[in-house]
Amino acid sequence: MTVLSKEMGEVKLFRTWSSPYALRVVWALKLKGVEYETVYEDLANKSSLLLEYNPVYKKVPVLLHNGTPICESLVILEYVDETWNPTARFLPQDPLARATARFWAKFNDDQVAPSVFRAYTSQGVEQEEAIGPALENLDVVEKQLIGKKFFNGESFGFLDLVFGWIAKYLGIFEETGSLKLLEEDRFPLIMAWKDKFSDIPVVKENWPDQNKLITKFELMREYFISNAAGCN
Amino acid sequence: MGNSSDIKLLGTAASPFVNRVQFVFNLKSIEYEFVNENLACKSELLLTSNPVYKKVPVLLYANNPPLAESLIIIEYLDEIYPDIHPILPSDPLDKANNRFWANYIDTKFFPLFEELRRTPGKEGKEAIKKQIIEGSELLEEAFVKFSKGKAYFGGDDLGYLDVVLGCYVGWIKFVEKNNDFKMIDEVRTPKLLEWTNRIWSHEALKDVIPGSETLMNFYMMLQTYKPPRAA
Repeated sequence: MTVLSKEMGEVKLFRTWSSPYALRVVWALKLKGVEYETVYEDLANKSSLLLEYNPVYKKVPVLLHNGTPICESLVILEYVDETWNPTARFLPQDPLARATARFWAKFNDDQVAPSVFRAYTSQGVEQEEAIGPALENLDVVEKQLIGKKFFNGESFGFLDLVFGWIAKYLGIFEETGSLKLLEEDRFPLIMAWKDKFSDIPVVKENWPDQNKLITKFELMREYFISNAAGCN
Repeated sequence: MGNSSDIKLLGTAASPFVNRVQFVFNLKSIEYEFVNENLACKSELLLTSNPVYKKVPVLLYANNPPLAESLIIIEYLDEIYPDIHPILPSDPLDKANNRFWANYIDTKFFPLFEELRRTPGKEGKEAIKKQIIEGSELLEEAFVKFSKGKAYFGGDDLGYLDVVLGCYVGWIKFVEKNNDFKMIDEVRTPKLLEWTNRIWSHEALKDVIPGSETLMNFYMMLQTYKPPRAA
C-alpha cells in the first residue's frame, strides 16, 4: 500500500532491479524525499500494466504519479525535478547551464552508453573495433570534469545522475566483457569523480548487489554474442 | 534584447531540425542571422562550434558558447524569451508528455524516412512504409489527445509539438511523392491532414518550410554521400 500524502500524491516506479536507467530515477526520487512504491518488472514477461502505461515503447522505467504514467528516464528526471521540492533542484537554474547539461545528458544516452554497451556485448575483431569509439566518447566525458568536482560543478546534480552508471556499471561491463576502458592515466578525472559519486549516501545505499549484477551481465553478454553469431 | 547580428543560426534550408528553430525565432519575433552551411563541405565555424556532432543547427547567441541539438536550443530560447509566444507548457506533466512525443518523433518516426531511402528492394521498402503508416496513426492519436478538439497540438495556437512535428511537413510530402504512398491521409489520419494544411499556410512557418527543389537537391546529395544499401 502506498502512503498517500497530499503533497506527494501516489507514486509508483515500474522498473527492473538491474537497469542503470531505473537507478537514476531512484536516486532522483530519494534525493527529493519522495515516498514511492516499486513495481519490479520481468522484461521477459511484461505485466499488462506496463503495456498499458507505456504502449509506445513497452519499456521501463515508468513513473506513475497519481495514475498518470511518465516514460523515458531523462523525461522522468526533469519531471521529478520540477514537481517535488522545487527549492532543491538538481538541474541548474541558469538557462544556458541547463541547456548544456541537457546536451551532455543526450550525448551520454545517445553516444557514450551505447558505445560502451557495444564493446561489452561483442568479442574478437568486433570488440576491438568497438573499443576505439567507446574510448573516444569517454575522452569527451573526461573533458567535462576539467576544473570541476562533479559534472554539475562543486556539488553533484542532474548530470551526475545521468553519468552515474559509469561509477559502477562500467566496471561491471569491463569485468564481464573482458575489457579495460577506464585507465587511470587516461581518465584521472573520471576515476576521482567515481569515488566521490559513489560516496553520496543515496548512491551508496542503492547500488544493486554486485554479485547479482555480475551474473546478470555475464548472461546478457552471452545472449548478445550468441544472437550475433546466429545472424550470419 | 540585442540586434540580429548578436544571434546567429548555423543551418541549412533543407534540415527540419534547423527549420524548427527558425519556427521558434519567427513565433517569438526574434531577429537572427542565418548562416548557410553546405553539409557536403562543412565550414570551420561549424566544425569548431559543434565538435561533438559536427551537425546543424547550432545557435551562436551573443557571447555564449555555441549550443547544439534542436530540441535543446528550442527549450533554451523558450526559457530566455518566456513571455513571447511560450512554446512549452508550464505544467510539469504536460511538459513531460510533450517531451516524450518529441523524443518519439525524432528517434522513431523521422528516422524511418531515411531508412526508407536506404533500404533496397520493393519488399524492404514496403515493410518500412508500413512502419511509417503505423507511426503516423500513433501521431494522429497523440494529436487528438493534445489538441482537445482545437487546431494545434498546442491548442488554439502553436506549441512545442506543432514546431517539433511541423518542421517535417516538407519532407513528408516529398517522401510520399517519391515513394508513391500516403502516410497522412483523410481516412486514417484526418485530423493530422487538416493540421498539416494549417502548418503549410501559417504566417510564421510557410516561408521557412523548404520547397521541393531545395529538398530534391538535398536528397540527391544524400544519394551521393550516403547511397542506398546494396540489395
